[in-house]
Amino acid sequence: MSLRLQGPVIPDFGNTSGCKANETFCWDWFADHWDRFAAELVQHVYVSAIAIVIGLVIALPAALVAYRLPRFETPAVVFSTILYTIPVLGFFLLMIPVTGIGLFTIEIALVGYTLLLLFRNTLTGLRSVPPEVRAAALGMGLTPGQILVRITFPLALPAVMAGLRVVTVTTISLATLAAYIAPYGLGQSILFYIGNTFISGLISAGVLAILLALVADALIVGLTRLVTPWARARRGGA
Amino acid sequence: MVLVDAWRFVADNPARVLGDIAGQLVLSLVSVVIAIAIAVPLGAAIGHTRRFALLAVNGANVLRALPTLAIIAIGIGLYGVGFINIMVALVILALPLILTNTYVGVAEVEPGTVEAARGMGMTGWQILTQVELPHAVPLIMAGIRTGTVFVIATAYLAGTAGYPHTLGSVITNPTLPVSQLLAYTVIAVLLAFAVDGLLLIVQRAVTPAGMKIVPVTAA
Amino acid sequence: MTDPATQEGPVGASHRGEALAIEFRHVTKRYPGQDAPAIDDLSLTVPPGETCCLVGPSGGGKTTAMKLVNRLIEPTSGDILIGGRSVLTYDVTTLRRDIGYVIQQVGLFPHMTIGANIGTIPRLLGWDKERIAERTGRLLDLVRLDRSYAKRYPAQLSGGQQQRIGLARALAADPPVMLMDEPFGALDPITRAEIQDEFLSLENEIRKTVIFVTHDIDEAIKMGDKIAVLRPGGRLAQYGSADELLGDPVDDFVADFVGADRGLKRLSLRSVGELADPGREAPPGAPSVSAGTSLRVGLSVLLAANAEVLEVTKEGRPAGAVTLAEIREAAGS
Repeated sequence: MSLRLQGPVIPDFGNTSGCKANETFCWDWFADHWDRFAAELVQHVYVSAIAIVIGLVIALPAALVAYRLPRFETPAVVFSTILYTIPVLGFFLLMIPVTGIGLFTIEIALVGYTLLLLFRNTLTGLRSVPPEVRAAALGMGLTPGQILVRITFPLALPAVMAGLRVVTVTTISLATLAAYIAPYGLGQSILFYIGNTFISGLISAGVLAILLALVADALIVGLTRLVTPWARARRGGA
Repeated sequence: MVLVDAWRFVADNPARVLGDIAGQLVLSLVSVVIAIAIAVPLGAAIGHTRRFALLAVNGANVLRALPTLAIIAIGIGLYGVGFINIMVALVILALPLILTNTYVGVAEVEPGTVEAARGMGMTGWQILTQVELPHAVPLIMAGIRTGTVFVIATAYLAGTAGYPHTLGSVITNPTLPVSQLLAYTVIAVLLAFAVDGLLLIVQRAVTPAGMKIVPVTAA
Repeated sequence: MTDPATQEGPVGASHRGEALAIEFRHVTKRYPGQDAPAIDDLSLTVPPGETCCLVGPSGGGKTTAMKLVNRLIEPTSGDILIGGRSVLTYDVTTLRRDIGYVIQQVGLFPHMTIGANIGTIPRLLGWDKERIAERTGRLLDLVRLDRSYAKRYPAQLSGGQQQRIGLARALAADPPVMLMDEPFGALDPITRAEIQDEFLSLENEIRKTVIFVTHDIDEAIKMGDKIAVLRPGGRLAQYGSADELLGDPVDDFVADFVGADRGLKRLSLRSVGELADPGREAPPGAPSVSAGTSLRVGLSVLLAANAEVLEVTKEGRPAGAVTLAEIREAAGS
C-alpha cells in the first residue's frame, strides 16, 4: 500500500541528460517531470479547498449558535480541540477501517483540523462588536436580522479572515500527509522520492508545497483587505 | 477487538512504548527550548525598540505557512535524515508563535506605563526586564504553550524524517496493524493534553500577580 | 401584512418633517424583582418643536424614561403618545425608524463609510441612490462637515466629528422626534460648547421635538426649552422652563440640584437689554456694556468697577441703564 515501496531505487532520468546523481537540484529533470508535479499541485489545491469550504460551512453556523446560546460553546470547543490535537496521520489511518481508502477519509480528517480555529475566531469576532454599535442599531430601528447581517457579521469578518488565513496554510501543510493513505497531492512525490539518493524530486515537491502555502496566504491577505476596507482606516481622534 | 489488541500491545511492550514516549518528549523539549532561545530575545528586542516590526511579523507569517513535511523533504535534500532534520522542522513550527506573542506582549505595554518608568529614571534595559517582559509573560507563555502542543502533536513525523525513536515509529508506518496505530495515536493525544495542562499550571505560576491572564488564540 | 423593513412608518408617513408633541401619561416602569419602580407615574407633555431636557441624579430614571419613547424599554403601565397616537400601537421597528436616536458613545458603524452610516435608515426605507446621496450631502452641510467626509470611515474622525455624524445619521429620515442620551457627554468642554451651539442653531432651522437626557444642569439650562427634574425613584420633581426652575424651585431637592449658584445661572438666561430702563441715564463714569450682554456678565462688570449703575448701549449709543439692585432682584429666589 505504501507508495514509498513503489519508488525506483535509481531515479528515472527520462530523456534528461546532464543531471548528476548527487546534484541538489536539476532544472532539466524538473522541467521534464513538470506534468506530474502540476497534476499533484492541482490535486493539492482542491483537496485543501474542499476541506476549508466544508470547515467554514460547519464552523460559521456553529459559532452563530454559540453566540446566541453560550452554553453551546464549551462542548463545541472541547470537541474541536480534541480533533485538533489528534496527530493527523493517526487520524487518517484510523479512519481507513471506517471510511475506506480515498478522498472522503482525507477530507474528514482535514475538516476536523479546520473547525477549532474557524469556530473560535468567528465567535471572538461576533463578540467583539462594540455594545454601543449594537445599541445604536437597535435604537435606529434595525431588526435583529438586519443587525446580524449588516452590522454584526461584517464586523466579525476581520477575525473570521484571520482564522481562515491560519486554517488555509495549516490545511495545505496537513494535506501533504494525505498521500500516506491515498494518492492525492504533493505528498505523493515527497513520499515517492524520500528514500531516493537523487534529491531533486524531494526538493521540487517540498518547494512547490511551500510556494502553494505562501501564495494561498498572500491571496487570503489580499482578500481580507478587499472585504474589510475599514480595517485599514487610520485611528484618529478620541 | 481493536481496543483490546491496542491495550495488549502497550501492556506487552512497556519498554518500547515508554522509550518512544520519552524520545518524543526529548525531541519536543529540545525543539521548543531552541525556539524559545531564538524567539523570546528576538521578539523582546523588536518589541522594545519597535524596529523591524513589520519584517518580524511578516517573517513569522511566512514561517507559519511552511508545511512541515515540505521542510522535512527539503531538509533531507540539504542536510540529510535524522534528529537534526526533524528538529529544524519543529523549531520552525514553534518559533513564529512564540516570536509573535513575545513581540506583541512587549510592544503593547501602555505607552503611559513606559513613559512613567522612563520618567522614574529607569534605563532601557530596566524597562525591558522590569516592566515590559513581566507584562508580556502571559502572552509569551501562551505562545510557548500553543507552540509546544503543536510540536508534540507533530513530532511523530520524526518517523518520516528518518529518526525513528518517537511515536512516529508506529504512526508513520502504515503497514502496521490498526491496533498499534490506535494505541500510539491515543498516546499522542494524551501526551499533548498532559503537556498542555502542565504548561497551563506553569503559566499561572509565573504570571505576575495583578496581571490578568490574557486569553490568546493561536491565530 | 406589509414588511416592516420596507414600509414607511405611520409616524413619519403623515408627519415627516413636521414636529409632533410627545406626551407621557401616568407612565410607570417596574423591573421584575425590584421593589422600587424605575419610573413612577410620570406625566408630562413636550410641545411640538420644543426641546425637553431630562435631568436628575444617576438612578433617577432619565435614560429609562427616554427609552420608553422608542420602546427600547416597554412601560409597565401608562402610555406615551406621539402626535396624539400611542407608541404601543406602532410596529416597534417602524416606530424606531421614525425617531432620531443619538447616544453618548455615538455608535457609528465602524465598517461603513460616513456616507453609508448616514444613509442607513433611508436605505432601509427603500429610498433611491440619488435621493440618499443628496440627503447625505445636505446633512453633512447641516452639521458643518465637508461633503468629502462621506467617503471616510468613522475611525478617521475625531470625537466631535463622530458625534456630528451621529446627529446627521439620526436626522437622515427627517424624523419628527429626536431622542438624545447624553449626546455630548464624552466630548471635551470646548468641543462640547461648540457642538451645543451648533445644535441650538440647527434646532432653530429644523424644529424637532427633542428629548435630551443629561446629568449636567448647565447643559440642560442651555439646551432645553423645558427641563424635567427627576428624583431618585423616577418621580417627576419639577417640570418647567429654566427660569422657572432657577427662580422658583419647588423644594430643597430641586434647589439643591440646580445648584446654590442658581441666582447666577438665572442671570445668564437674560440680557441687560431686557432689564434696562431706556429712559434712565447712567451717571458719568458708569461702566458700560452692550445690550446683548448677559445679566451675569453685567453683574461682574459692576462688581469689578465697584459701581451701582450699569450703562447699556445699543450699536454704541446709550440705551438706558440697569442698577445693581435690579440685577439682584432678577437673580432673586
